[in-house]
Order: sequence, then structure tokens, then C-alpha cells
Amino acid sequence: MRPLHIIACVKVVPKPEEVKVNSETMTIERGDVRSEINPPDMNVLEMALTLKEQHGGKVTVVAMGPPLFAPYLRLALAMGADEAYLLSDRAFAAADTLATSYALAQGIRKIGDYDLILCGEESSDGATAQVPPGIAEWLNASQITYAEDLEVLPDSGMVKAKRELAGGYEVIQVPLPCTASVKVGANEPRFMDMERKAWAEAEGPVTIWAAEDIDVDPEMIGLPGSPTIVDGLAQAEATERKREFLAGTPQEQAKALVERLQAYL
Amino acid sequence: MTKSLYGAKEANAIWVYLEQDEGRLEGVSLELMGKARELANGRGIPVVGVLLGDQLSGLAQEAIAAGADEVRVADDPLLRQYTTDGYTKVFTELILEGKPDILLLGATPNGRDLAGRIAVRLRTGLTADCTDLKLEEETGLLIGEVTGFGGGILAYIKCPDNRPQMATVRPGVFAVPEPDTARQAKVVSVPVKLAEKDIKVQVVEHAVGQGVDITKAEVLVAAGRGCQGDFTLVNELASLLDGEVGWSRVPVDEGWVSRDCMIGQTGYVTRPKLAIVCGISGAFQFTVGVEKAETIVAINIDAEAPIFEQADYCIVDDMFNVLPPLIEAVKRARGGNGGR
Repeated sequence: MRPLHIIACVKVVPKPEEVKVNSETMTIERGDVRSEINPPDMNVLEMALTLKEQHGGKVTVVAMGPPLFAPYLRLALAMGADEAYLLSDRAFAAADTLATSYALAQGIRKIGDYDLILCGEESSDGATAQVPPGIAEWLNASQITYAEDLEVLPDSGMVKAKRELAGGYEVIQVPLPCTASVKVGANEPRFMDMERKAWAEAEGPVTIWAAEDIDVDPEMIGLPGSPTIVDGLAQAEATERKREFLAGTPQEQAKALVERLQAYL
Repeated sequence: MTKSLYGAKEANAIWVYLEQDEGRLEGVSLELMGKARELANGRGIPVVGVLLGDQLSGLAQEAIAAGADEVRVADDPLLRQYTTDGYTKVFTELILEGKPDILLLGATPNGRDLAGRIAVRLRTGLTADCTDLKLEEETGLLIGEVTGFGGGILAYIKCPDNRPQMATVRPGVFAVPEPDTARQAKVVSVPVKLAEKDIKVQVVEHAVGQGVDITKAEVLVAAGRGCQGDFTLVNELASLLDGEVGWSRVPVDEGWVSRDCMIGQTGYVTRPKLAIVCGISGAFQFTVGVEKAETIVAINIDAEAPIFEQADYCIVDDMFNVLPPLIEAVKRARGGNGGR
């Protein structure tokens, strides 16, 4: 059986519960915020490592962001990934999905010889879910979004997965190389391997690539390569609610609630 | 700057992707058609619905009744089922020929699958998962409202130069317009240039229609971490109220349920008359999906839970203490009007 080369795309995101908004300047304060690997990307790592165990081969982690993201890639190495690349350059910053997917695709092209590119369903901060199809298009690869139960059929060079639909699901089969976005909760991510952790932290292969290290058109990355712009920010307005607390025993509370909900019963 | 395949000068019209599966239109497509009609009114912009599939007679009329000035239909046996490659090829060719200024799609799994691919092929901007749309007064540019992470920040995104200006919109954000069955518009059958070899995707199995559509529920009972994976009482209460059951993200992440009825920023935006929210703390990512409810009831063990700021009626207790007497009280109240 042919070994697989799986690329696992991960994003490091600020922990959503720690992000604060300065209501005067309408800016997002990231100063003290701790980061984490985007939770849906943990399902990516788990799927990649499981497939590697089934088929042999290697798992390469790719991310884009500042150099301080490198320790998070070491966590992925400690889980079982073989090597990691961080695309890190100010020129990549402020990219929308078009420029992001282009830069990632060019990084993956440089790594080369990939069979399967796995991405998280979406990021917890941006939540656009548009990067995986974008990478697939730039690389002219097939795609499976919202995938679970993914099987690689190496003899036929195909990959098969169940994917979510509006009010249902389907099972599709597409040729490799394929970009798949892994459905949130598709598996139970493993913990770090403590023996690997020391290795990952000390000598785990994390390569940092600047824009000039990969073949990118400087006009197509970062802010210049992003056709969309943020035109403004605003605080979401909450609807005024009654906020009436119902007191008493559960029976009394239930009775009081039913009286107030007569119109809906 | 990455240039799109055509520019703003040649672009005209708002196009709405009319997503269908097994001959049924997705509700979000009609919601978008109604919104496109509203945006175009008074500006003289044509609104065009685009339908891809096989033997679609009848669906174009639904889009016309919802506000389309024209419906373009790509009808071909090879388009019977959605495939990323087949649909991207056909739709991209239609776009390059028609050069829409704006292209709207529903943020369904297939809508997002297709939009992400088409946007890159056309080298244009895509504002994903919008919660509102408007046209900028002076320029007529599309402004998409998206929710940023945490704290309820809204960002307004536009795409000044590249065309089409693409956006996907969450199901349930806009209401389905009242159908105007007297509305007349032309239905244009467009030639489909697609061969079997263009489609590498094989659909092995396809199952839709069993799921419930929580965006249409009038009564919604939602559960989160507090249910600990036990939906028995929640299901019972929902069925007593002729409602549906939804959930926050925690039950999905915990593997208790699938994503089908997930409410919130990454799930569905619902607009029920009554939402009963049980054991959900009420982070912004969740409340964005219920805030359009007429009345919200919150049941949570934690008096400090932010959900209580968003609720009309608040009960501080474990949902498992409250739901049994609540179910009994609802039964009694319903019994009074003959029960159901």
C-alpha cells in the first residue's frame, strides 16, 4: 500500500472567551489574550494521524501567522505530526479568504507531494469556512467539505467521505489529491504524547517560511491581495428583554411561567 | 491587487443562487430573493435567479413569486445532483457570460462549498455568513454585515473593485417573502456545456429531507451543556408545544448530537415566537442564533449566566428540576383547551 502524505492546515486563534472589545475605539484588544489551536483543527490533526496509522506516510502541519505561533505547531508535533511549516511574514497579514487560501496553497505547493490536505471546518474567530474550497481551487484539487468517516482508497487513488448537507448527508468519492474540511466533532482528538513532547519542544522540525521563501506574487498576498475590506465595526445591539426572574419552588416557577406563556400554548 | 476576471464597469444585476436538492428549493434561496428584490427596488437593478439541476419545472415560478425579474435555468441530467466540479464549471460560465455585479448564495453546506470555489476561480471577494446586507447609499456597493468573534462585534465588509461582489447569508436571517403569484417574469433556459468527464465527484449515497428545519419552528426548545447529553425532557417539552429541538455548540463538540440543529454563529439563526433555552450559558456565539425570537425563556443553574441578560423570563435552577413540573404545567394548560 502506498504511504500517504497528509497536510494538516491549522490556525492559531485567540480564545474566544478572552477576546475583549474596546467599546470606545471599536477595536479588538488582543493584548493579554491567550491563544489556542482552533478547536475544529484538533479534529483535523486526529483525522490526519489516524490515516497515517492506517496507511503509513507522514503528516505535515501548515499554519500562517506570527512566529509566536511556533509553539502551537510543536503541540501538533507532540500529538504525532512529523513536521511543521509556519508561513510567517508581515506581508501575509490582513489577508481575506482569497489571499489566505492563495498563500496557504503556495506554501503547500512548495512542500509538495501531497495526497490529502485536511482543514478545519471553520475557524472559531472568522468562521467563514471558505479557505478549504479556496485552497482546493488554487491547487486544482478535488474537495470534500464537512467531511467525516473519511477513507482513503489508495489502490484507486480515491478518497471517500460522508459529508453534511442541509437536512441530510451524502457519501461522495473523489480523486486524490483532495482538500477536505473535517466536520467539527468528527472524532475525539488524542492527547499529546508526553515522550514526543520533549522532542517536539527541543528539536521538533518547525520551519518558518517568509513570503520570499515560497513562490508568491506579492500583489496577491496580505492586504494588497485581498479584494474585500472592512468598512466599519459596530457593537451588536441587543433586543431589550423583560428579564423577569421567577421565584419559588420549581412547581411555582413552572406555574408562573405557563401563565406568562399563555399566548404560545 | 488580484484582479477579478471582469470589472465593475461591465457588471450589472443582482444574482441569487437558487439552491435546490431533489427538486426542492432551499428556504434560504427565497429569503435571499426577497432581500435582493428589496435592495434593487428604486435603483433599477435587475434581480436574476439562477437555477442549476435536472428537470426543474416549477421552481422558477417560486423564485419569480419571491421577486425575480428573470430566472436562468441550467437544466441537464449531469446537474441532477450537486457536485462541486460540475456546478462550479457551469455556474462560473454563466457568471462570465452574464457578469453580475452582486452574487448571493445561502450559507448552507453546499452553498458554502460552491461559493468558496467560485470566488477563487473568479478571483473575487466573498463575504461569508452575512447576518445582514445593504447597498451603500452613494456607490451602490454591497455591504455585508458579519459577526466577529466574542462580545457581539459586527463588521461591515465590502468588495470595492472585484466582481461579482459575492456573499453567503445564513438561513433564517431574512424572512421568506409573501409569494406574489401574479408576478410575471421571463424564464431563460441556458445552454449547459458539461461532459461526464468534467465531473470527478461520484455521489455514492444521498439522503436529505429527514431532517427538521429549525429556522421555521415557531417554538424552539434549546439545550446545551446543562443537559449532559440527555434530551428526553427537552424533546418531550418541544413535542408538547408542537415545537422543535435545537442545541448550542457544546452538545456537538461533546458528540451528543450532530450539527443538524445547532443554533448560533456557526449554526442556524432562528426566529421562533418562543424560545426556551435550557442549560445554555448564553455566549454571544449562541445568542446570535436566538435573539430574533419574540419571547425568550432561560433556565440555567448559574444566576450569573449571560443568557439571563437576553431573556424575558428567567429561572435559576438545574433544568432537570424545572422541566418535569413545567411539562406537567403545560399539559394542564393544554388540557384546558382540549389538549393536542
